[in-house]
Amino acid sequence: MFSWIGQTLAVTGLNLRTIPQRLGSSGVAIVGIAGVVVVLVSVLSIATGFTAAMQDSGSPTRALVMRSGADSEMTSGIGGAEADIIRQAPGMRRDGQTALASAELYVIIDLPKKSTGTAANVPMRGIGPTTLAVRDNASIVEGRMLEFGTNEIVVGRAASGQFAGLTVGSEVRSGQNSWNVVGLFEADGGVAETEIWCDARVLQGAYRRGNSYQIVVARLDASDTFDTFRDWLTANPQLNVQVRRETEYYAQQSRALSGLIRTVGFGIAALMGIGAVFGAILTMYTAVSTRSREIATLRALGFNASSVVVSVMVESLALAAFGGAIGGVIAYLGFNGYQTSTMNFQTFSQVAFAFRVTPTLLVMGLVYALMMGFIGGIFPAIRAARLPIPTALRQL
Amino acid sequence: MKYLPLLWKSLWRKKVRTIFTLLSVFVAFLLFGLLMTIRTAFSFGVEIAGLDRLVLIHKVSLIMPLPVSYLERLRATEGVALATHQSWFGGVYQDPSNFFAQMAVDRESFLQIYPEFRIPPDQLAAWAGDRQGAIVGVDLAKRFNWKIGDRVPIQGTIWQPKGNGQTWEFNIVGMYDGDQGVDKTQFFFRYDYLDENRRGGAGLVGWYVVKIADPSQAQAMGAKFDDMFANSSAETKTTTEKGFVEGFAKQVGDIGAIMVAILVAVLFTMLLVAANTMAQSVRERTNEVGVLKTLGFSNGLILALVLGESLVIALLGGGAGLGLAWLFVQQGDPTGGMLPIFMLPPRDVVTGAALILVLGLVAGAWPAATAMNLKITDALRRS
Repeated sequence: MFSWIGQTLAVTGLNLRTIPQRLGSSGVAIVGIAGVVVVLVSVLSIATGFTAAMQDSGSPTRALVMRSGADSEMTSGIGGAEADIIRQAPGMRRDGQTALASAELYVIIDLPKKSTGTAANVPMRGIGPTTLAVRDNASIVEGRMLEFGTNEIVVGRAASGQFAGLTVGSEVRSGQNSWNVVGLFEADGGVAETEIWCDARVLQGAYRRGNSYQIVVARLDASDTFDTFRDWLTANPQLNVQVRRETEYYAQQSRALSGLIRTVGFGIAALMGIGAVFGAILTMYTAVSTRSREIATLRALGFNASSVVVSVMVESLALAAFGGAIGGVIAYLGFNGYQTSTMNFQTFSQVAFAFRVTPTLLVMGLVYALMMGFIGGIFPAIRAARLPIPTALRQL
Repeated sequence: MKYLPLLWKSLWRKKVRTIFTLLSVFVAFLLFGLLMTIRTAFSFGVEIAGLDRLVLIHKVSLIMPLPVSYLERLRATEGVALATHQSWFGGVYQDPSNFFAQMAVDRESFLQIYPEFRIPPDQLAAWAGDRQGAIVGVDLAKRFNWKIGDRVPIQGTIWQPKGNGQTWEFNIVGMYDGDQGVDKTQFFFRYDYLDENRRGGAGLVGWYVVKIADPSQAQAMGAKFDDMFANSSAETKTTTEKGFVEGFAKQVGDIGAIMVAILVAVLFTMLLVAANTMAQSVRERTNEVGVLKTLGFSNGLILALVLGESLVIALLGGGAGLGLAWLFVQQGDPTGGMLPIFMLPPRDVVTGAALILVLGLVAGAWPAATAMNLKITDALRRS
């Protein structure tokens, strides 16, 4: 047993030490596997980043009230009188006499995207005086909060980064309206940071919406008062609404897009992986065939066939791990935190998010690299072990 | 030509190696074909968008409606050949995940302005006679297994019908087909049905599509329309249909650039693999090359032979990969209609073919040059 381990270590050491002599073909295997890992990790980091932005938006202690049948706040509609009824629902947190519920409008305006210069659908939310208390993860980080009753707006940090002309102090023109940017807000990196906030009543006038809203956001007393809150509203004959937890709403919105990105990412990586495995197999065959005389000599000296198999496998896995690590580092350095924005088809508006190369993704990339290395090494390893010793020795 | 058998023999000198190289080139070009298809799908049909068609949307944003009265004013404008309006319905069929585009259209002018939709005459007649009638794309009909005469309930999200409930009923009266690249996943129904039966929003439409008589005047006509409606309660913004679609695609993100970046990584890797294999195979044959040269093979011929081998690998592997991608795309969209346009444009096939040639030549260049420059004495001495 010990002699087997010794043998194996000796052959493996020999293999690994001679890699520099086969730099060309080993390099090809490493580059090939690194390429696959870069593509896999970076494509999946898009999905991770998008999902994260959506998930960070939701809080289990907030509930969203929309007209029943509406699949997003964009298509929902709630009259002013209905909003007043919703404010009376039980299970909601109250600050003295004020219910912590915020009736909001949600529209989009065309503003140029910085990266392309073309118009993008930027979400604009009409808010009320209670909004900051309801959306307690949002806070003004630059400038000040807007004054209600005026045409002042505050913009999310991501919106300010992605779209032109949204800095504090500037004026935004949209159709016949003009808005003054007075502040910048953050909301834990969530979707709201892509939005522009203004006074709901001013927006009602500007968009001819009368006294109507699209959504009522309520801060729950506690996470478990949701059922009380929902049941009271859905049982109320004066209302025709559906109630969802904020977390559920955003999870559902991100599902389609992140699912699509993941499918495409895994599909491309799988196909590329096949290509890279062929590259690895070729490399290992080359490694074995250039050394067939050495291997035969070792065998003739009494080295075990399985030691030879293990040594070839270790070499292949080492190359793969190296390639996978390089790929992971490139993906991390190149894409982690990369800010971009895309269209959320449910609300038809832009969502800004950052690519996220998480440790999970890096591990996934490395595991995939090792899988490729394993498959790439197994056939050449078997061949090396089966090499007929006399023929191999006679070879040039 | 007489050297072909020699080329073929040396190619199969090491079967496994050649097969694996072929396979990696094959996979690379299969990916090329599929990624180009995805890229086309996310360009939302910009290739076929008409240059003589202009799109008028509300200046503030696409979601703001325009009054239906603009239609007559547009038609009366000089230089306008045809004008029509469309409205986004955004309903849900059975489940929100069954997303497809539903549009309320002005039946007659819609058909005139979009000649690329082909509909049998009897179905057109049926549409004229049925207010609840809808015309659907053949791909969409296939996705939900709809037949002519089916009654389809769709939940309104933006528009609620008068009376109780949220469900709108439609009759499938016809199906449209079109050339490759035409989006065949849309659902068109009559605007008069929507307008008479919705609660609120009467007399409002989503946007206008105008066909102009002289496409070279697109810019000027756009400015003219926007001036016409300036300072009204609904100001407009006019772009060409192509510009409109491009702008929309850009909102989704630069899918094209991502696809190209991935392809560069793939092709570069495959180039390395192929070049490495060729170099290896030439190294092993140093002796043989020496013998060939002794027999009187000229340097040029040796160069051609090695390059030929590399080209054959590229052509066989790449051609098969591109061919399979093309065949796969011909089968239609595997997602069942989620991608409105699913085609491999001929332009990309040509690019692919060019890349195959480049790959073959570049991968073989260095080994071929090495073989050509070998001195007979060195080559024979080396063992």
